[in-house]
Amino acid sequence: MRISQHPILEFKTGTKVKFTFDGRELEGYEGETIAAALHAAGIRVMRESGHLHRPRGLFCNIGNCSSCLMVVDGEPNVRVCVERLREGMVVETQKGKGELK
Amino acid sequence: MLAQNGIPTPEDLAGVLPPEERLARGPVAIAECFQNIPCDPCYHSCKQGAIKEFTDINQRPQVDFEKCNGCGSCMSRCPGLAIFVVDATYSDSEALVKIPYEFLPIPEAGETVTAINRAGREVGEARVIRVQNTRAQDRTAIVWLAVPKDLMMEVRHFKVKGVR
Amino acid sequence: MKHTEIAIVGGGPAGLAAALNAAKLGARVHLIDRNDYLGGQLIKQTHRFFGSKEQRASERGIDIARELANQVTASKNIQVMTEATALGYYEDGVLLVEQHKKIFAIKPERLIIATGGAEKTLLFPNNDLPGVYGAGAVQTLVNVFGVKPGKRVLMVGAGNIGVIVSYQLLQAGVEVAAIIEAAPRIGAYWVHASKVVRAGVPIYTRHTIQRAHGHREVTGATVVQLDENWQPVPGTEKEFDVDVICLSVGLTPLTELLWQAGCRMVFVPELGGNVPLRNEHLETSVPGIYVAGDVAGIEEASAAMMEGALAGLNAAASLGYTTESLGLDRRNILAQLEGLRSGPVGEKIRKGLAQALL
Repeated sequence: MRISQHPILEFKTGTKVKFTFDGRELEGYEGETIAAALHAAGIRVMRESGHLHRPRGLFCNIGNCSSCLMVVDGEPNVRVCVERLREGMVVETQKGKGELK
Repeated sequence: MLAQNGIPTPEDLAGVLPPEERLARGPVAIAECFQNIPCDPCYHSCKQGAIKEFTDINQRPQVDFEKCNGCGSCMSRCPGLAIFVVDATYSDSEALVKIPYEFLPIPEAGETVTAINRAGREVGEARVIRVQNTRAQDRTAIVWLAVPKDLMMEVRHFKVKGVR
Repeated sequence: MKHTEIAIVGGGPAGLAAALNAAKLGARVHLIDRNDYLGGQLIKQTHRFFGSKEQRASERGIDIARELANQVTASKNIQVMTEATALGYYEDGVLLVEQHKKIFAIKPERLIIATGGAEKTLLFPNNDLPGVYGAGAVQTLVNVFGVKPGKRVLMVGAGNIGVIVSYQLLQAGVEVAAIIEAAPRIGAYWVHASKVVRAGVPIYTRHTIQRAHGHREVTGATVVQLDENWQPVPGTEKEFDVDVICLSVGLTPLTELLWQAGCRMVFVPELGGNVPLRNEHLETSVPGIYVAGDVAGIEEASAAMMEGALAGLNAAASLGYTTESLGLDRRNILAQLEGLRSGPVGEKIRKGLAQALL
């Protein structure tokens, strides 16, 4: 859900880009974070915890807490709250610790 | 009370309201600032010299009601949006209340809006008389509301009709 | 190996002020920040700041960030390294920095650590569900990216951050069901509290969150009243139909580099947790390492800018840089800091700082 109008701020968005989330094609803006693009699409579950398989999402949104780790273009443990979105990114829910290929 | 629910009590207000006799002479600022916090832009913003100089930045604003002409230039400088201007002389039945406003949509002159009190409750209707929103105000609009006289010390916010 | 006179870690309000003030005296500065922008958390502060003229009172944080960042970028004495993470500081005085997948070793003559703070969390069942956020996280989402976290929010904590973020959520068109606060009093400045209350958001003091509801994501919360001994009062449970729970229960200093550098630390709850001991020049127990801003104790951004300015001047002065007005400038900043902290709302900070002096 994007904010259309704001009394204080003007949001300058980059170019519209396509990316995929768990195989689903989504749109976002280049330069925003992956987490922001996912939230704009209503997606808040980003990974599954290692032991109890509980859903996890964003917590700090500034790269401190590692709650939002996802697999991006095959690389696990990417903090999507600070990783910027680019055209064609493949974003996947991370299960557990992720595997290095 | 204020420290528990954010709503100033009649006793809090009694300490900052201008006397009846001053209200009867036209617009005047009311600084609803009840806590000693480190903040003094209201003093620096007043061209009339109506806000007493702070000897300690933690002092509360003291408005000299005789010097204040109700211009409202302090309103959009107050980081707490805590200063209002009331003009009890607007008409026989209505008073004017100037309210700092940082939400959308900003209403237009002539529009009827829902008048809200300090507790966030609807207390009646108000008519928008004028909207000031200059560059110098830096995105804090000042909305002039005409309200029934008995509500001039109640109305401190409003809702544009049809907006949640 | 790069050599520099002063390395500053963190480009928020403290780090920016430190860089500008050190550079003003003539020192050569490296300013290192892990983000791809400067300004730290100022970039989401849409509200007007308190304080006085010298601390840019009544200006909005977003505008202060832009201006300070522009000044830093324009200074020929400051080399800015963004997207650069300080990985460690070692016995030989080398700071290791990762930037664009390359490692740089930087040997500074002085180091100013201005890494800021991190949001704390709160213990309750389901506090790990997606939809439970730090209040600052939501502020970033809304004010930096223009994206809403959900439809309806429960704010936990009525300090300045909780109340300000609630107001900013309303400005963004997000509903805020209530602000709850376990303490008997609102911690935020009352003017902030009053402006959200009149906009329709009730504040409930002596209330806490008992649990969050939901399987995959937050779908609600149970809130309960607390008695004088902070114990839940049975029968006072209230259900809130919310899809977002924001925690604004305080910050804690980000002190990793200080621990690693061997600075003497002390646990001071009033300052948010473990903080470095420091002298009046903001120098830690390790000579040449200075601190400024939230990493030295959680406080307002205006104080962070003043501390940054002071640390910047002191670090540069210790290298021999000086101006005619140096003494006066330092006294001015100290007087401003004292002013900010001298009132009743500064009591906690004063108590905390008294425990953190070398």
